Amino acid sequence: MLIRHAGDLTDNDVTPHGLYLRRREFMTGAIALGTGLAACAPDDVAAAPLKAAKSRYTTSEKLTPLKDITGYNNFYEFGVDKSDPARNAGKLKTRPWTVKVDGACARPGTYNIEDVLKAAPLQERIYRLRCVEGWSMVIPWIGIPLADILKRYQPTSKAKYVAFETLLRPSEMPGQRRAVLPWPYREGLRMDEAMHPLAFMAVGLYGQTLLNQNGAPMRLVTPWKYGFKSIKSITRISFVETQPRTAWNLSAPDEYGFYSNVNPAVDHPRWSQASERRIGEFIRRKTLPFNGYGEVAGLYAGMDLRKFF
Amino acid sequence: MSPKTKDRLVYTAVWLACFAPIPWLVWRLLGDDLGANPIEALIRQLGVWGLRFVLVSLAITPAARLLRQPRLIRFRRTVGLFAFAYVLLHWCTYVGVDQFFDWAAVLKDIYKRPFITIGMTAFVLLIPLAVTSTNAAIRALGPVRWKRLHRLIYVIAPLGVLHYYMLVKADHRPPLIYAGVLVLLLGYRLVEALRKRAGR
Repeated sequence: MLIRHAGDLTDNDVTPHGLYLRRREFMTGAIALGTGLAACAPDDVAAAPLKAAKSRYTTSEKLTPLKDITGYNNFYEFGVDKSDPARNAGKLKTRPWTVKVDGACARPGTYNIEDVLKAAPLQERIYRLRCVEGWSMVIPWIGIPLADILKRYQPTSKAKYVAFETLLRPSEMPGQRRAVLPWPYREGLRMDEAMHPLAFMAVGLYGQTLLNQNGAPMRLVTPWKYGFKSIKSITRISFVETQPRTAWNLSAPDEYGFYSNVNPAVDHPRWSQASERRIGEFIRRKTLPFNGYGEVAGLYAGMDLRKFF
Repeated sequence: MSPKTKDRLVYTAVWLACFAPIPWLVWRLLGDDLGANPIEALIRQLGVWGLRFVLVSLAITPAARLLRQPRLIRFRRTVGLFAFAYVLLHWCTYVGVDQFFDWAAVLKDIYKRPFITIGMTAFVLLIPLAVTSTNAAIRALGPVRWKRLHRLIYVIAPLGVLHYYMLVKADHRPPLIYAGVLVLLLGYRLVEALRKRAGR
């Protein structure tokens, strides 16, 4: 991983974690075969350890197990079943990775991800994630505040919204071969939402780099909004003047609004949003307004949240 | 082997095949193989099996005619009752496990969510068919009225497919496959009925 400056990398940083865990197997294989790199084909070793400082954004709630976070995903680019992404995301190559920054900013351009992530040191934040489908998780993310990234490109006064796009690469994202959603996946935030301290750009979770099914190499995390707002595998950031179109809103405008703030009082047309099942729990729990992140309420003062759902 | 023994064996095999999804689902549930949200997965699986058995029960009559195997008809009751059993389990898992007997929430769902209203209607309509499946019930109703009552399945099956179609978020292909099979099965009956009328 090249998240930090290349000069201070150690062996530990450049050895994928899974490979490290299998070091004995590797040695045995090497001895047995004499020449043996064949013994450690790195197919299941996509996650590498990441160091991050703890932040004040945490919770005493029980973390969702890693296997559920990496095995139960909505990432339609890799298939519509929850287990499809874990199965199909391995083919995606996340290096080299560039991010196109355009629109109303002083420093547009195409940047390497290593450069984008220089914006701030990594920190860990434990957030709740509430899916629009009525389930939730607690995830220890690693990343940097979105505001720190956006500020580097110096958005101008014309930048009222920021729009994001996911990679479009059907050869490595088999779900994109069918028009289940209008590809590429698109999301957006109002500028003040994007600059809110809770908005986060994640590059890892549970102390390791993101696996592809979780949106490697970098994905948005907006914990007060339904999970689909947290766009994955971002390749484009655009500063725009008008409210951008978003993938789920294009697909079903009466069901998925631009804001999509977690709101137990506003039901999805087809199901209630009053409660949710925390993954691993039996009894449903009550859903909290803004997913319990009441500090964002000021962003929506005076807005009718039934109309702007 | 006497024909009677053979008949029993075939019948037992059909019964076991209809029952097989249950131990399979229990096995997956206990083996932690239903994913991170096993309750939702279980509800989905039971619902889909209910729909499959409804369609299989509707396929028996055309299959018996087309394959010239009239004795196939004797499996219709078993398959139909299994369809009801899976739909009942689907309903029980939703009410008793997913909602944990929160009747207020269930009633609100039935009232407010069209896909649940439709699913619930299909379930309620299945009950009289299951109840009148015994020989005694057929005798009591008389074959004409019994047959008329059991034509309810021509309403129930489309409601079931619609219920499935409406809950899907984006990929409508799987419910459309069920819809296609249903159109074939109901279309066959329509053609037969028109032919009969023309023949008169």
